[in-house]
Amino acid sequence: MTIESIQEEIIDEFSMFDDWMQRYEYMIDLGKSIPLIQDSNKTDENLIKGCQSKVWLNAELKEDKVAFTADSDAIITKGIIAILLRVFSDKKPKEILAANTNFIDEIGLKDHLSPTRANGLVSMIKQIKLYALAYETQLKK
Amino acid sequence: MSFDVQKIRLDFPILQRKVNGYPLVYFDNAATSQKPQIVIDSIVDYYSNYNSNIHRGVHALSQEATDVYELARKKIQHHFNAKHSHEIIFTSGTTHGINIVASGYSKLLKKGDEIIVSAMEHHSNIVPWQMLCEETGAVLKVIPMNEEGVLIMSEYDNLLSSKTKLVFVNHVSNALGTINPIKEIIEKAHQYDAKVLVDGAQACSHISSNFQDLDVDFYVASAHKMCGPTGVGFLYGKSDLLNDLPPYQGGGEMIKEVTFKKTTYADLPHKFEAGTPNISGGIAFGVALDYLNAIGIDAINSFENELLDYATQKLLEIEGLKIYGTGKNKTAVISFNIDGIHPYDIGTIVDKLGIAVRTGHHCAQPIMEFFKIPGTVRASFAFYNTKTEIDNFIEAIKKAKMMLS
Repeated sequence: MTIESIQEEIIDEFSMFDDWMQRYEYMIDLGKSIPLIQDSNKTDENLIKGCQSKVWLNAELKEDKVAFTADSDAIITKGIIAILLRVFSDKKPKEILAANTNFIDEIGLKDHLSPTRANGLVSMIKQIKLYALAYETQLKK
Repeated sequence: MSFDVQKIRLDFPILQRKVNGYPLVYFDNAATSQKPQIVIDSIVDYYSNYNSNIHRGVHALSQEATDVYELARKKIQHHFNAKHSHEIIFTSGTTHGINIVASGYSKLLKKGDEIIVSAMEHHSNIVPWQMLCEETGAVLKVIPMNEEGVLIMSEYDNLLSSKTKLVFVNHVSNALGTINPIKEIIEKAHQYDAKVLVDGAQACSHISSNFQDLDVDFYVASAHKMCGPTGVGFLYGKSDLLNDLPPYQGGGEMIKEVTFKKTTYADLPHKFEAGTPNISGGIAFGVALDYLNAIGIDAINSFENELLDYATQKLLEIEGLKIYGTGKNKTAVISFNIDGIHPYDIGTIVDKLGIAVRTGHHCAQPIMEFFKIPGTVRASFAFYNTKTEIDNFIEAIKKAKMMLS
């Protein structure tokens, strides 16, 4: 599936929720259920420090795709990470670089990607793009 | 006068608004207080009717603006019982005031001198002293606190010596609400001829302070935590100490005479007030003090204590909830966590329910390190909050706990 079609799918899923409570309950469930990263990858090197919550992000190139794993100490942040990984992980660097995150707006989670939240998510997306750029350069060589 | 919170709430236009579809419950007063209409109006009035630069013009508007601005300085002087109005320096806020003193002392301290700070300082009261120590070779010592979030005064006694030149301590901790025994801290420091600067940012709108009675050497605070505007505050210093401090910034207003050979500095307070100040802010600060005094700081304090006791009792009924800062002497600040739940998650959910609290480390990372936590949820009350709001807050916390556990 392309990044765009996954984003469409997520927007569809979220449109079924009636109110914010349901949306957040869904994200909290995502945050609780999925093991998102191996403990050995929760290193200081992979740590993105937010003022509010911490985010760990690990990237590996598998053939021509980037596999991301990530985690957070806050569960709502982790829920959003799960959504971001679903969109960006196991995709070609070129596609990751071309993608935007407007869908976050459409599913009503825009606040969480505001820099003033300082939850590490803005830096995480920046980091995802940087990894994609690095791997793209590597693949071209 | 009986305390009529419903009547007081009408003075604050922002309290009428809704957030996320719910009536706003504003429990982030330790970050900044809300402003009564009379303070907002005073800013509009200044710009509408007598805006002009102060201390310079001979024209009527400039005179008028200077008079009102200087009256505000006198209001601050009287509110805190300072001996002279020129001991009140207008600043851009608490942090600015601290930096004036720190930068001044960088010229007065020498290697081996010691500075004492408390373990519960805001970053703004740690970083300038660290910089000062790096610059001068002075040594920074820290008064530790106990599990209740109360300073261990016997340790303070041990730290004091003839090497101690300065002691910096907050009047009230922003993260815990603890009221520090500043009178005792000052008395003991003075036995060693050390000077004391008190950061009163979190104290001024909750408890009264009498500078002459405290015998405090320097005291700093911000208007915006006392129903005044942002971007203005004051530094109080005893005349002789301020006279000894070198000026902080060069510029207009702070000079007496300028030639290319030499400049002589203006007298207090202008020596520390280079450039055009925040005129409307200073004036509105004065109005905010009038407003607080009409209600009465003591009346405010006893009402806020009622809110504190009520909220503390209700919160402790929630299983797994732990409060940080449990000393007897505290202002209406409750910092807490719920077992296994990140403070950010709680803050996010209660925000959705229209409740404004602060989450995070509150710019006091050493305190968080002490308790081995990433941060807390902090609810801080003001005299315009109600028990009904606390009830809504408790319900919101319970809902968040249910969703997140």
